[in-house]
Amino acid sequence: MVVFTYDNTFDGLLSCVFFAYEQRKFPDLILSESDQKPLFIDEQYHVDTEKEKSNRVWKGLGKKISKFARNMLLSVWLSELPETTMLLFRYIRKNIDHPQGIEMNFGDDDVLRVKDIAQKVGADARKLIQFVRFQETADGIWFAPVSPRYNVLSLIVPHFTSRYAGQPWIIYDTERNTGLYYDMRTVQEITFSQKDLVELKSGRLDNEKLSDEEAFFQKMWKEYFQRITVKERINLKLQRQHMPRRYWKYLPEIQ
Amino acid sequence: MNEKTLEKLQILADAAKYDVSCASSGTSRGNVKGGIGTATGWGICHSFTPDGRCISLFKILLTNHCIYDCAYCGNRRSNDVKRAAFTAEELAELTIEFYRRNYIEGLFLSSGVMRNPDYTMERMVRVVKLLREVHRFNGYIHMKTIPGASSELIAQAGVLVDRMSVNLEIPSEQNLKLLAPEKDYPSVFAPMRFIQQGMLESAEDRKKFRSAPKFVPAGQSTQVIIGATPDNDKQILSLASALYKRPSFKRVYYSGYIPVNSGDSRLPVLSKPPLVRENRLYQADWLMRFYEFKAGELVDDSHPDLDLDVDPKMGWALRHPEFFPVDVNTAPYEMILRVPGIGVKSAKLIVTSRRYGRLNSEQLKKIGVVMKRAQYFIACRELPMQTVNELTPQYVRRQVSQKQKKAAAELLQYPIDWGE
Repeated sequence: MVVFTYDNTFDGLLSCVFFAYEQRKFPDLILSESDQKPLFIDEQYHVDTEKEKSNRVWKGLGKKISKFARNMLLSVWLSELPETTMLLFRYIRKNIDHPQGIEMNFGDDDVLRVKDIAQKVGADARKLIQFVRFQETADGIWFAPVSPRYNVLSLIVPHFTSRYAGQPWIIYDTERNTGLYYDMRTVQEITFSQKDLVELKSGRLDNEKLSDEEAFFQKMWKEYFQRITVKERINLKLQRQHMPRRYWKYLPEIQ
Repeated sequence: MNEKTLEKLQILADAAKYDVSCASSGTSRGNVKGGIGTATGWGICHSFTPDGRCISLFKILLTNHCIYDCAYCGNRRSNDVKRAAFTAEELAELTIEFYRRNYIEGLFLSSGVMRNPDYTMERMVRVVKLLREVHRFNGYIHMKTIPGASSELIAQAGVLVDRMSVNLEIPSEQNLKLLAPEKDYPSVFAPMRFIQQGMLESAEDRKKFRSAPKFVPAGQSTQVIIGATPDNDKQILSLASALYKRPSFKRVYYSGYIPVNSGDSRLPVLSKPPLVRENRLYQADWLMRFYEFKAGELVDDSHPDLDLDVDPKMGWALRHPEFFPVDVNTAPYEMILRVPGIGVKSAKLIVTSRRYGRLNSEQLKKIGVVMKRAQYFIACRELPMQTVNELTPQYVRRQVSQKQKKAAAELLQYPIDWGE
């Protein structure tokens, strides 16, 4: 069994592709250094991440597949699923080896799987755009705790910076303990301390941390939500189908 | 804003809830400097109420005072209900506050008719003007046109909003006259025509001057109530299909009749709203808009109503076994699209993937084809399975309808509007 180890970054993975073609060694498994190694290893190589090499692979891939497909690869990477490393490696290899690329061959298992995962990640990002709920804090920052399934925060930045260009906001992933802070000019990554995180996870900020009007508008919204429901057509299954339970945590209308 | 606003919200949201349309799609617009809001083009649903319907826009009436007395409407003049009216400032501010919290995509403004159509329409235009010009709100606005309002007011509103709609409500004029004696079709079709004309003129102007204002960029829509009158599906679908032929028409909504006024002998007594029928109509609507079906293929004089046991696409396939089996590896896209169990997405995947090699049934399944339904209508790499021709349409019907009956009962859904 041939095993590569790398630094668990996307550039690192592309460097693995470069290394494989350079050395004519194709891995059965690509692991990060901290992963548990399998028992029977015939050859093991550590691949250093080199931006220059990963760029060459990325550019070369651009000649075989569309920009859309390359973006799908990035989405698959954000899924952080255990299978992604090898899936992406196989996908890239198949496209390099095929004279025209196989981007559109959905009869191929890997092509289909890449599409499926990319779609799931995209759907998760869209769900976030739908169900983010800002609360106005006393210091004028609009705060929204979220817990998406995949690591999609980076995908939703353009949407929120453009829509709420005139209000500073924080969207905070309470599961991964990382968030984005927009100060009306740029977006930067922020992390709260473990102590604060406990409060954030509950989704309810203390009243003194919120602006004076926040509670009133949350009440208005809750009231609206109840009034707009047509009682003769109650269909909870359909509601959950469109708005799965795991997104309910931070919705003021369902508390 | 205070407790009084809350009470108004309760009354006017309650009064607005039977309107179906909530789409926020069709316009794509970035933010402007100093403004708030964008429109995404694909529409975003921000919440789902316990009835399974989406909240995309802040759907609200400006007032529920009304001079008309329509039999099907809870706000009619003769009903003894609490009445309220928002001020323009109040409603604009509330919209902005909801928008800032990412509760909504924008405003869907409708209203009962106060004093006369123009008086009402003028007040509605004021709300929209405040939003666009004072709050610099750049999100989505859908405005209901009041039948009988003057064209000057519609013209004023048209450059401010994204979508306008006039509700037909009743699918035939004689029944509309019966239930709403003060309304008629001309008062509905005249604003529809005017909106369309405005859109076409604006499109012409924009060819010459890029800065010419857009007029109702997301087009118009309408709503018909299902099951309040004896009108059959053929009438409803031909009406919808005629509307879709107009370049400005984006959506027709079907609303299963819910009896809000008891004791009116002009209206039927229903124990439950006709949800399955409504669902079938939406499916038929989808087939007309995305699957290139014509209304005449789905319903005709011998089948004036849609089959409630099987979906309209399956219904068509069972009436026309001579078109099947379709060979997925050679048939043109349009034919693949007609196979029950194959949707637009899987049909597209099939035609792109088959260039790399012939597809087998296992691959079709992975691509997303629903084999339970498709198996009777396709041939692929393996020997053809038993198709509708060997098994007879009656047999296939029995096989699929039992399952669909159950599914139809559960899935009384409004298809969500992820983009048009």
